Amino acid sequence: MTTATDVNQPTAQPAAPGGRRMSLPVLLLVIAGALALTSIVRIITGADGITNVSQMSTALELAVPIGLAGLGGLWAERSGVVNIGLEGMMILGTWFGAWAGYQWGPWTGVVIGVIGGAVGGLLHAIITVTFNVNHIVSGVAINILALGITRYLSPLAFVGVQGGSAKQSPPVESLGQFTVPGLSDWLTTLNNKGWFFVSDIAGLLGGLVTDVSWLTLIAIALIPGTWWILWRTSFGLRLRSCGENPVASESLGVNVYKYKYIAVIISGGLAGLGGVFLSLVANPFYLEGQTAGRGYIGLAAMIFGNWMPGGLALGAGLFGYTDSLNLRGGSENVHALLLLGAILLAIGAIWLAVKKKYVSAAVTLVIGVLVFLWYANTNEVPTQIVSATPYVITLLVLSLSAQRLRMPKADGLPYRKGQGK
Amino acid sequence: MKKFDKERVLLAVAGPVIALVVAVALTSIVLLASGKSPIEPYTIMFQQATYSDIQVLIINQASLYYIAALAVAIGFRMNLFNIGVDGQYQLAAMMAAVVGAHVALPAVLQVPLLMITAICTGAFWAGIAGVLKVTRGVSEVVATIMLNAIATSVIAYLWLPDVFGVKLGNNNTTGEMHKSGWIPGFNMGDAGEIYGLVILAVLLGIGYWIVLNRTRFGFDLRASGASESAAAASGVDPKRMVLTAMLLSGGIAGLAGLPILLGDTHTYSLNFPTGIGFLGIGIALLGRNSPVGIAFASLLWAWLDKASPELDFHGYDKEIAVIMQGLIVIAVVVSYESVREWGLRRQQRRVGAELAAGNVLGGTDNTDKEVAGR
Repeated sequence: MTTATDVNQPTAQPAAPGGRRMSLPVLLLVIAGALALTSIVRIITGADGITNVSQMSTALELAVPIGLAGLGGLWAERSGVVNIGLEGMMILGTWFGAWAGYQWGPWTGVVIGVIGGAVGGLLHAIITVTFNVNHIVSGVAINILALGITRYLSPLAFVGVQGGSAKQSPPVESLGQFTVPGLSDWLTTLNNKGWFFVSDIAGLLGGLVTDVSWLTLIAIALIPGTWWILWRTSFGLRLRSCGENPVASESLGVNVYKYKYIAVIISGGLAGLGGVFLSLVANPFYLEGQTAGRGYIGLAAMIFGNWMPGGLALGAGLFGYTDSLNLRGGSENVHALLLLGAILLAIGAIWLAVKKKYVSAAVTLVIGVLVFLWYANTNEVPTQIVSATPYVITLLVLSLSAQRLRMPKADGLPYRKGQGK
Repeated sequence: MKKFDKERVLLAVAGPVIALVVAVALTSIVLLASGKSPIEPYTIMFQQATYSDIQVLIINQASLYYIAALAVAIGFRMNLFNIGVDGQYQLAAMMAAVVGAHVALPAVLQVPLLMITAICTGAFWAGIAGVLKVTRGVSEVVATIMLNAIATSVIAYLWLPDVFGVKLGNNNTTGEMHKSGWIPGFNMGDAGEIYGLVILAVLLGIGYWIVLNRTRFGFDLRASGASESAAAASGVDPKRMVLTAMLLSGGIAGLAGLPILLGDTHTYSLNFPTGIGFLGIGIALLGRNSPVGIAFASLLWAWLDKASPELDFHGYDKEIAVIMQGLIVIAVVVSYESVREWGLRRQQRRVGAELAAGNVLGGTDNTDKEVAGR
């Protein structure tokens, strides 16, 4: 997908040799196919948990913070600033969200948490845009600093308050959640029938309408929202042009510094929102170390999704789903998914053989057979392997498609005003 | 003709000094803002540094930081960002602990065996990222982040009782290592023991300097960092350099946990220090990738770590040290970059002036480009 990653320009250029464009119908077909396979596996193995309504709803809850961090990364990188400080900005979001939340109500917490993250973003912008420091170095420094600040402030703010300690904030009121009446019950019933395909779809949709927090809804809306702003408005075009070729956009009168600042501040705000989600929705309190590296995972989800909102959502969903398998005691479910992996590998081998790549096909087939043997000879998978799965998958996807991924051209490069003269 | 350039020295010293002053000032503002004395914490911490038992702790801790920072610095010298030092040293320490607990050779063989295990594990883990970068074009930053996360899972798996783990109460350990793998420390009487492998850290620092500054390989490495295309034009294979640098960085990272493992804990447990790889990034930056600079930086870091707990007894929070570390890193990178740009501008002006005066260019080739200091 070298040339056709930009949804905007379907007819701009013919696809480069070897590059294929995944159109929406094809994508939907692939997803439907994956679901159908999952369904077959579920029926063969009897592991009903893998497409259960509650499983899906947990997966969604775990995917949201990763997705928000990824969106933050997307905004920054589209403007040409690599943001590895997402983790730190999320930490700021968790802390400030809970701190304001327990005092002035959860919605104030959301606002303050977002502002906390945005301040982290502002700092990153000052260091990288104004002072032109290496973006990754600045991000690492922000991660250290954010950890220090929150650890320093926690004892000052939370000790002595009912339910608070040096590492944990007092409980925060819930933001409230909603279940679509009728629809949710109907989908759950359908899910419990165990029918081929239909029940799995019902499980997936049921997860989207059962006990959903308002913040989840906002987060989901932010994905098409981001796409619309970045790819359908002149503001977004200018912002992206700063990430592709800042010298050219400068020559057209775009204030590159301003756009980079805006993008990185929004990026911090989104990461902060992801943090707020952790400390207000996923848990009703702030806890030290709550983010557990989700900022980095968000970044990975964004790269996995080829710097596009849709792909990012898919990546976040994948991470969330594997996490949820782990959380819901799913060594049996994961064991069932081994069979799915084996089938997918076999399909991949056939596809490669059709494309006359016999060596790769053979290797893939051998791996597939090994996975199948693993499935056939064991009854469960250690949870440690499950928790490593999303990272291994990301590495695999990256190694298979890194050449086809296309990041913004000037991503991470230093830029000075007047450089092009 | 290398004449002593006063300006160059000034520029080199200005960066860290400005950074430290700014960081201290900002930390004092934080202290003031939380209604505390902005000076007393420093006096307490300086006082701590005069006690011999704290000094031993500082030196021990600094040896871990030093090795980790060297590993990061090797990558920096050729524009590679090995964020994976964290996973590499933890996994390497774990493997060394496992080997040490299951193999019993005489000390002459056991210690080298453990070190080779650690080096190989670290190099292997970093090598995955290196191979992916060279053959598939995967960014080493993302790959090493993923590998860090995977290393955590691998360690958790190896800790399972039916793999290599030994449960001690609530703690996961790998069982105690055989005595032949223990490395005696330098006894400092009441003050405690300095890890024997502090020597290793010093040797690594010397080796790092020799390899980078006095060998063909080191020159190629620095050249690739300064300009990949120029290095390629002079006959350096960039792919091979990336892979070698990554393996070397990972191998050294693998050693980072050994001073404490062989000198003190003798098992890899939940209490084993984590996050040293990330701190190493900040330390390498502060030390400007030079072996002496990194030594000072790791001592500074270790001092902040080991002197700060005392603050808790005086009504301050020891976390102020973490804030200070973060501020130092930020101040350091910003001031280095500003000083570098200022120096460049000055140099350009001077060259311009000389050219205008009709002089031949010369004597001004002090473009000491700091690769990762930006």
